[in-house]
Parts: sequence; C-alpha cells; structure tokens
Amino acid sequence: MIEVSHLTKSYGKNVAVNDISFDVSKGEILGFLGPNGAGKTTTMRILTGYLPATSGRARIAGFDVFEQSMEVRRRIGYLPENPPLYPDMDVQAYLEFVARIKGISGSDIASRVDHAMEMTNLKDHRAALIKRLSRGYKQRVGIAQAVVHNPDVVILDEPTVGLDPKQIIEVRKLIKGLAGEHTIILSTHILPEASQTCDRVVIINRGKIAAVDTPENLTTQLKGSERVHLEVRGEPEALRDTIEQIEGVMKLDIEPIDDSDNLKVTVESESGTDLRGKLAAAVVGKGMELLELKAVSLSLEDIFLQLTTEEGPSPKEVAVSA
Amino acid sequence: MKGIIAVYRREMGSYFVSPIAYIVIGLFLVVCGLFNYLILTSLIEQSVTAQMRSMQFGAPPAMDVPGLAIQNFMGVVSSIILFLLPMLTMGIYAEERKRGTMELLMTSPLTEFQIVLGKYFAALTLFVVMLAPTLIYQIIMSRYAEPGIPWGVLWSGYLGLLLLGGVLVALGTFISSLTESQIIAGVATFAVFLLLWVLDFGVKDSSSTWSDIVQYLSILRHYNDFSRGVIDTANVIFYLSLAAVGIFLTQRSLDSMRWRRA
Repeated sequence: MIEVSHLTKSYGKNVAVNDISFDVSKGEILGFLGPNGAGKTTTMRILTGYLPATSGRARIAGFDVFEQSMEVRRRIGYLPENPPLYPDMDVQAYLEFVARIKGISGSDIASRVDHAMEMTNLKDHRAALIKRLSRGYKQRVGIAQAVVHNPDVVILDEPTVGLDPKQIIEVRKLIKGLAGEHTIILSTHILPEASQTCDRVVIINRGKIAAVDTPENLTTQLKGSERVHLEVRGEPEALRDTIEQIEGVMKLDIEPIDDSDNLKVTVESESGTDLRGKLAAAVVGKGMELLELKAVSLSLEDIFLQLTTEEGPSPKEVAVSA
Repeated sequence: MKGIIAVYRREMGSYFVSPIAYIVIGLFLVVCGLFNYLILTSLIEQSVTAQMRSMQFGAPPAMDVPGLAIQNFMGVVSSIILFLLPMLTMGIYAEERKRGTMELLMTSPLTEFQIVLGKYFAALTLFVVMLAPTLIYQIIMSRYAEPGIPWGVLWSGYLGLLLLGGVLVALGTFISSLTESQIIAGVATFAVFLLLWVLDFGVKDSSSTWSDIVQYLSILRHYNDFSRGVIDTANVIFYLSLAAVGIFLTQRSLDSMRWRRA
C-alpha cells in the first residue's frame, strides 16, 4: 500500500530525512518511533504531499506522492501534530467541509460525516463549537477529519500527545479499530504506545532508520545480551577479579552505591546464557556478601535508547523541525 | 469548481461568526453616512448661494446637486475602502497558517488555485455586502432630488468601486499569504494601500515622464473616470489585470510555501 524508497529530504545543509526505505502493507499499523527531531514529521509530510522530497520516491496505493499528488491526496487522511481545526466552526459543519474538500460527492457527505462521528464518539457533540471542546475531543475531531472520506491510508502524527491517560487509551483503541479497513502510519516518541498499537515499528533516529520490525522481534533480535544486576558488599577490586574470571562475561560494570559500602554490579553476557548461578557461587565463595541478584530483560525502551543514543554527531546538527 | 465552492462557503461562514466583519462593515457605514451627510449639506448650501447669486445677477448657473453629490461620495468611498479593506484581508491566509489548517487544505485534493479563488471571491463578496447598504442613501436621495439622479454615473461609480475593491482584495490576500502574523499582514497591507493613495496625490500636478508612469499606475486615478460616469475599457482592463496579477501572485506564494518550509 505504501512504498518508500531512498527518501531524502534536506534543508540546506541539514539532512532531516536520510535515505529512508520501508513498505507498509494493506491494513497494517506502522509505528514511527524516534526522539523529537528525528525526521518523523518530515517523512509524514512528504507522504502526504505537503513537502516535496529532495530525492527518492514514495508511492501510496501505486501513485507517486509527488507526481500524482492529487490521486494520493484523495486516498489519504492526515492528522498533523496540531489538529487542523477551525475553532469557530461546529463539529458537524467542520467535518462536512473536510468531506467536501476531500471530494466526497454531495449525496454521500451526510452519511460519511455521520459515520466518522460515530467512530470517534462525537455524535453528542456534533453541534458544539470546536473551540469549546477539550483537548481530547479536539483530538477526536482531528481523527474524524482524517477518516471522514474513508481513505485507504491514514497518517497520524503523534495522535496521543497532550492527552490524559484515559484519553490516550481511548485514542489508541480508536486507532486499533481503524486498522484492517485502513492502512495506518502513526508517529510517536512514546514506546509503550508503539508496542501496544502497532503491528510493526520503524525506529528512526537523526533522519535514518535504525530498525524495522515487529515490537516482539525487535525486543528479541536486538537483545544481543543477557544482563544481570547484583548488589554486593565487599572490595571492588577483589570483586572485579573474581567476576572477570567467570567464563562468558562480556561486560562488567561496578559502581559504589552512595552512603554505603555496597556495590552495584552489572554483568552482561551473551544471549542465551544464564550466569546467575555462577555469579552467586563466585561472590559468596570469596567471602563477600551477596545482597541482591536479578536478571534483567531489555525492554523496548532500552533498545530504543541504545539505538538512538549511539555515538555520532551532536544532536544539534540534526535538530530540524520535527 | 466544487473545491472553490467548498472553500468559498467555509470562508463566508467564518466571516459571519467573527466580530471583525461586523465591526468593519459597521465602521464603514458610519463613516460613509457621515461623509454623505457632510457632502450633501455643503452642496445644498452652495446651491442656495448660487441660486441667490443668480437671482441677483441674472445668469442662472445650473448646479447639478445630485450629480455632484454622487461624484464626491464615490471619491470619498474609494479612499475609505483603502483604509478598511486591510482589516478584512489580513487574516485570510495568515490565520490559516497560524492555526495549522493550511496543512489540511494543502494535503486535500484541492489545487492552489481552487483555494485562492474560493478565498478571493469570499472576500470580494464580503466587500459587496459592505458596499450594498450605501445604495440606500442614493435611493433616498432619488426620491427628493431635483434634477433627478444621474443613474448612469451612479452605476458606473459602483462598478468602479467593485473593480477597485477587486484589486485591493487581491493585493491584500497576497500580502496575507506571505506571513503567519495577522498583524504584520494588516500593517503591511495598510502601508501598501497608503502608498497607493499618497502616490496619487504626489504626482497630481507635475508632468515629467516619471510622473506620467506613476500616474498611469496609480490605482485611484483610474477610478476618477468611473466616478464621473465614464466607463473606459482601458480602465476596466487595468483593474481586471491587476486583480489577476494579485491572484496569480497569491497562488505562487502558496506554491512556494511547500519549498520554503523548513
């Protein structure tokens, strides 16, 4: 449904999006995950035809987003980061206007608007002026606006930003409900959101794709190592010698815990190994006190941080508007 | 066409829910009414003196009070709209950009021309709505005028106002499309209109080649013929082409937004 290949967008010397390629199949929810300024919004704007790409191609439903922009625009619904609302209009009039400019024929407008309001639970607020709605309801109007013409592709830029937890859950449910019928791309910098709502996640950092996969696969695949946390009372030097002798230890990190003789120890080993027994035996065998020991599994959050905080140019250079 | 109508309808709706349209129209009518009153009283005074003089010295200087009243009134209105139209046009694109709704329009299957024309005609309609009530003055005058109202002058005057308004609205919307700030758009439009007005005064009496060029370009100068009851095709074409240039520039400005955006 969506094919993006070698898409690049630069503003002068700043490269906001750098050689991005990915595909989205019909009915899928794709999450765009990345820190602010990573290039999520820029990529979305290129897909919607709002911005031209510097180089590369993007096709939606077989149409080139630049050369056949009108065809593409008919087939997409787009919710920018700030919902594009007219505060002085009421909900129904606004949705009718959007339906009209999206090219819905006059006889279908009423039913399409009704359907969009039904989906987003706005029916009770149809006559309310948009400026009087709460942030959560405005966001719903924004989503209703993006689906009112029943587009093949729905692009949502940070759809849950600024909402309270209850509203976030509602909006996520709403998005999940849209999938199947529509192909969805949503961007977020919140990890649980990506892992809970999306079928696949594209992690994007400084304009480049760091990883593309399902949330589950990302977790296992990128979890290159097992990690064990220990808390030990003893001599740091002696402890280091002891643990380094254990077979399979890849990385060792020892630091004192404030206001005590206790040491916080992090041991990393190859994935699939379990060093907990050996560690416990070694520490206790040397006469040190083992206070705590636990295996840590990497969360998507760790992966995200790992992927996006690698060494590289300072973030300032790529901090183009998101 | 459907796209133009959709944009036009939304635009019209937004004019009449915001107070700005009512304020501008109200102000316009108050100022117009005031000037109409001043023009009439001074003309009537003059005609009374003229009549007395003609009785004293014999030769009767026929004075066409209704004709002069209309001519003066049209001249005044053409200046008033220079000062009021910036208030109507300043928000047309600036607001849209600031609210982020430009993003909705630009990602909808609308061409830039559809957006520009829809908005342009909505603003022009509002201008007509603003102008229409002044016809009441003329209708009232026509009932008491002696000699009768020169209707030809009246209609050509209104046609001229409409054309002049068309140019000013096109310029105003273009300036509004250049900035995100309503205030900047308003002030800049006002400054440009003021310049047009001053230009007209500055070159009135000189006669170098430059002043001829400036005179030709002066928007108000072309209006003088209309207010005297002369519809010159050259003037009509001058106004229509200026309006077209304004509309075209606005379209280019919207198009360039895609490339300028950072």
